[in-house]
Amino acid sequence: MRVALFLTCVNDTLYPDTGRAVVKLLTRLGVDVDFPMAQTCCGQAHYNTGYRHQAEPMARHFSDVFGGYEAIVTPSGSCGAMVRELYPRMGERARAEGRGDTLAATLAPVVPKTYELTEFLVDVLGVTDVGAYYPHTVTYHPTCHGLRSLGLGDRPRRLLQSVKGLELKELPGADECCGFGGTFAVKNSDVSAAMGADKVRNAESTGADVLCAADNSCLMHIGGTMTRLRTDMRPVHIAEILASTEEETHA
Amino acid sequence: MSGGTFVGMPSFPKAAHEAVHNQTLRGNLRHATHTIRAKRANAVAEVSDWAELREAGKQIKDHTLRHLDRYLVQLEESVTAAGGTVHWAADADEANRIVTYLVKATGESEVVKVKSMATQEIGLNEALEAEGINAYETDLAELIVQLGKDRPSHILVPAIHRNRGEIRDIFAREMSEWGRPAPEGLTDTPAELAEAARVHLREKFLRAKVGVSGANFMVAETGTLVVVESEGNGRMCLTLPETLISVVGIEKIVPTWQDLEVFLQTLPRSSTAERMNPYTSTWTGTTDEDGPQTFHLVLIDNGRTDTLADEVGRQALRCIRCSACLNVCPVYERAGGHAYGSVYPGPIGAILSPQLRGTQSEIDASLPYASSLCGACYDVCPVAIDIPEVLVHLRERVVEGGVVTRDGAKVVLKPAKGHAAERAAMRAARWAFGHPGALRTGQRFASRTRRFHPRTLPGPGKAWSETRALPAVPAEPFRDWWQRTHGGKDASK
Repeated sequence: MRVALFLTCVNDTLYPDTGRAVVKLLTRLGVDVDFPMAQTCCGQAHYNTGYRHQAEPMARHFSDVFGGYEAIVTPSGSCGAMVRELYPRMGERARAEGRGDTLAATLAPVVPKTYELTEFLVDVLGVTDVGAYYPHTVTYHPTCHGLRSLGLGDRPRRLLQSVKGLELKELPGADECCGFGGTFAVKNSDVSAAMGADKVRNAESTGADVLCAADNSCLMHIGGTMTRLRTDMRPVHIAEILASTEEETHA
Repeated sequence: MSGGTFVGMPSFPKAAHEAVHNQTLRGNLRHATHTIRAKRANAVAEVSDWAELREAGKQIKDHTLRHLDRYLVQLEESVTAAGGTVHWAADADEANRIVTYLVKATGESEVVKVKSMATQEIGLNEALEAEGINAYETDLAELIVQLGKDRPSHILVPAIHRNRGEIRDIFAREMSEWGRPAPEGLTDTPAELAEAARVHLREKFLRAKVGVSGANFMVAETGTLVVVESEGNGRMCLTLPETLISVVGIEKIVPTWQDLEVFLQTLPRSSTAERMNPYTSTWTGTTDEDGPQTFHLVLIDNGRTDTLADEVGRQALRCIRCSACLNVCPVYERAGGHAYGSVYPGPIGAILSPQLRGTQSEIDASLPYASSLCGACYDVCPVAIDIPEVLVHLRERVVEGGVVTRDGAKVVLKPAKGHAAERAAMRAARWAFGHPGALRTGQRFASRTRRFHPRTLPGPGKAWSETRALPAVPAEPFRDWWQRTHGGKDASK
């Protein structure tokens, strides 16, 4: 199976380790991974801040770059939700504005083929034990768009529970937003910081070493809060946990 | 005895700043919202066909809104046939003038009130006060807010920001000003507080000649109005006075009596987490020798038909004011209700207020951003209002302007001020994202200069770096690594 990795602009620029982990993990599972170099950004930040018309060419570009692949895999519930939930809506809005079906038709091919990583592993590849080894105590934060827009459900937890050596701790108030929310974190910094601090305190109460999530943007906000609050926990993307192996750890 | 008003409210972030750092307020809100959140989830889980009920509520409301003109005419006919009088008010001023006139015509100078969002929205109490008429709130929480010269901060639990100790102090200090004083040595036990309010209010109920209410629903086919409540004060106000004036938003209509079946299941479970609310009162015009002998229905528009003209935003008019969205909202929980600068706080307020009032003021232009778009509000909404969708739609209106309907006419809004830098940044980012080569150059530049990156940011990013450390830029962006290790494998570059 040949899939395209849609890494997201945030991961590409700031979190390349997550991308390397996804490549390693999928390759280990027998998937042929491509990284289309022309990829940039899905347009979510523009769309969600109110610049829908600027997000449209970005969405078209996304479709041009990824349209030819069998499946598109992304390690971000949020960017995955942008393609799956909001691209069709952009098409509908263009139609409502009297611009016809062109945008909808352009975006349609990528919508059903885009999968968030854990969804791809469980639903498409049909695996929950990916052969990972990670000897740490971990608590899982289900990020909002993965949880509510994509409905990832217990897929990430099932994957984590199958990791050897990993002890999973339930996060109190897990389904509450960490406070990132893209430009929300800047525009409503006080409220965002308060939400982040509460998330970190809840995570600390589990006694885990690692807080794991399937979105680096949320982890950037949570991890940045952890640093300022001087906690010993680390934020880690789920792909990096699932990619870890016993051989490496003991090497 | 008036509460504060919302004129000249600062933007949401400024208003929220104080609340976020008020530990008592934060504690009160956290406790209250988390308690009701958990109870609501249980109450909803008990109903096997919740998803169908939610869809039915959405469909009924959408159908009614689509044919609102027809149902309103039918309602007027039904109410008139039942002995009531219907008045139409285009805006808050007109509604206040009508109610003031109607009260004065009775010769009375005080009215008892059922808790009502519509009368708060139009500032009726203040308008009556200006004309020498005292309006007494009879809902326990509204009484607390009114006596405390405070503003409501929650749709269903207006005094949610107050704890028991604060309520005791307000009762002890203020009750004697307006009627029966609080008993000596009043403590902060709920039973004693409730009893003090009961005795204080009972005198008002028995004396009042005029009652003012809103309504949760109006049934077009029968002309029946419905109030759903927990305390029984509403029923007293609706049945004891000689004259009843109901002030209701035009969107509160349902076509048939049968339609109530859906909402009388979804509303109590969503709002108070009860299977059924203790009191459901219905009234249809007037009945000889029973209840009020004069009944007026004041139907208010106040921005509703303008909202109806917006095909994305109109779904906000489905709202049945259950406040489930407030109770799950992480932003509301930290910012409190007052920061929203409206009688409609929380997620629903963030989409309703800028539509009813327009986005021109500082507070209204900021409300669409008072959300992290986490989607919890949409999940719990019993009429499936996609609040995040409307928030983003209104953000677009703020930053890009466009055609909107104001007072029934199409007007072209200019983009709001204060977004110029953001717009420029968004354009620049879009340009870079449209040119992968430029993006790559930028990434490489960031990587090579990483040792010189500041650990704190100036300008809008300052608050970010004060509370959150910035991520370090990696030595090599992913795409460079990919090309170095998988170079030539990818055919599409």
